Amino acid sequence: MADMTCIICPVGCSLTALKDENGVIKVTGNACPRGAKYAEAELTNPVRTLTDIVKLTNRDVMLSVKSNAPIPKSLLLEAAAILSTVNAAAPVKTGDVIVKDILGTGADIVATKDVD
Amino acid sequence: MERSDIMTTNESCVTAPVTKKVDVVIIGGGPAGMAAAVSAYKSGVTDILILERDERLGGILNQCIHQGFGLHKFKEELTGPEYAGRYIKEVLELGIPFKTGAMVTDVTADRIVTYKSEDEGEVSIVAGAVILAMGARERSRGQLNIPGTRPQGVYTAGTAQRYVNVKGYMPGRRIVILGSGDIGLIMARRMTLEGAKVMAVCELMPYSGGLARNIAQCLNDFDIPLLLSHTVTDIHGKKRITGVTISAVDGNRNPIPGTEQYIECDTLLLSCGLLPENELSKKAGVALSPVTGGAIVNDRRETSVPGIFSCGNVLHIHDLVDYVSDEGELCGIFASEFVKDNRGTNRPSEAVSSEAVKSDEASSEAVTSEAVKSEAVTYEEASSGAIAVVPEGIVRYSVPMTITQTARDVKIFFRVSRSASDVTVTAASGNEVLCSVRKKRVAPGEMENITIKADRLKTAAGEIRLFITEKEVS
Repeated sequence: MADMTCIICPVGCSLTALKDENGVIKVTGNACPRGAKYAEAELTNPVRTLTDIVKLTNRDVMLSVKSNAPIPKSLLLEAAAILSTVNAAAPVKTGDVIVKDILGTGADIVATKDVD
Repeated sequence: MERSDIMTTNESCVTAPVTKKVDVVIIGGGPAGMAAAVSAYKSGVTDILILERDERLGGILNQCIHQGFGLHKFKEELTGPEYAGRYIKEVLELGIPFKTGAMVTDVTADRIVTYKSEDEGEVSIVAGAVILAMGARERSRGQLNIPGTRPQGVYTAGTAQRYVNVKGYMPGRRIVILGSGDIGLIMARRMTLEGAKVMAVCELMPYSGGLARNIAQCLNDFDIPLLLSHTVTDIHGKKRITGVTISAVDGNRNPIPGTEQYIECDTLLLSCGLLPENELSKKAGVALSPVTGGAIVNDRRETSVPGIFSCGNVLHIHDLVDYVSDEGELCGIFASEFVKDNRGTNRPSEAVSSEAVKSDEASSEAVTSEAVKSEAVTYEEASSGAIAVVPEGIVRYSVPMTITQTARDVKIFFRVSRSASDVTVTAASGNEVLCSVRKKRVAPGEMENITIKADRLKTAAGEIRLFITEKEVS
């Protein structure tokens, strides 16, 4: 059994996930179906969207980026360490791929702002 | 008002000569200001100017690189820059004029807005309507009265956020965070991802001021301890901070002797609440609420000064930017209606209430006879007959504070002074219940709202009381 706070939306439901002897996960406390999905993932393969910054070599502001799909929670710090060594250059548009397939997760690191 | 009148009345003033006249001047190009601009434009007033002191539009969203914005507005989770980007795009596409690097230094009650910029120097504008959208500032060390030395390395969480996310500077490597507001929690994760070690987050109150999901994904994910009922009681270090003393606090928030712990750190971040930034509002004579720190507004988000409107964090502190945008939109609609009224054009018919009053004494010259015939509600008269919203019990405040019309539904936002479960929120006037909603839980850290339908609003006799009844513990 695991108690957790749902992070899918600002409501933050308190969830309880129970795994029965057949390995079936039952979730309670969720106000919507997304909560159940989240709790199941937390017990099997917890994932998070990474948001970070990378350096722009030709501007005095940083470029904000994110993973365009959630990546395993256990890889967050490693992925962030890689991004601190990555350089990009303006102009950049929101959605431009900065790092393809980060750590083999299948998720790309994409820009989250436009820098002309 | 004719232009010549303005020039005459302004002659004796010490402000710069009035060089421009703009229908709607918006102070602040963050989420509130941009939403107000877009909605004013779509309401038919296109002569707009957004004044932004930063180098770019977007406000605080530019440094909020994390996800979680826009779930209500866009039905998807966006990062701060992406959310801002949607509105910036719209401002650009509509061709709404804006000026960055423009610092507003004065607003008067007769809506003369003065700003300074590098290329234009000092400029004064006569505004048909002014929308205050300046946002908020963080509570600083000085305002918190933390004892100890005054070394480098003590920052508000938002300052550190700007250093890290916009400028790419790391403020330190070993961090203590005081205050568990959302910015503090978000920064705990940010600093960790950047390779720093967050020693602890201390919270004076027995509960966190931040969203539950931020405690889960920002602290628990990285095993960062949250110390509730704890505060920083000493700051150590001469040039640079070398550590802090933290203490547990009792029920009256007083430090308990003997509970002191020393934590070595090179940085202390303060996330102890936001204060609406109303310096300009005060200059214009706008009445402020001692509870919210923002303007006292009616349902049109119009302040005590006619034609000056307020929205976003400068009005009251929001948890979600989506509601900031909503409030900006309301402001834009009503500011543009105010401008149209004073130009003498007809108001949109849906805005005409059944209790419409027929003339506008304050600007009677500007109101054409057609407008009078159309039974337009004028702001001055409407607010004089306004219905007060009175928060009671654990309801700390409401926005709006008064309601000026009964033709449209009114959404009332409020906060509570303490947590409660299984509650009923009721808006009542006399013995008449106008609206009653059950909520599973209310908490000080979460803004709530209820909507009074127009047909119920019409039955209001005198002030509307807003209160919460708790389910009796059996």
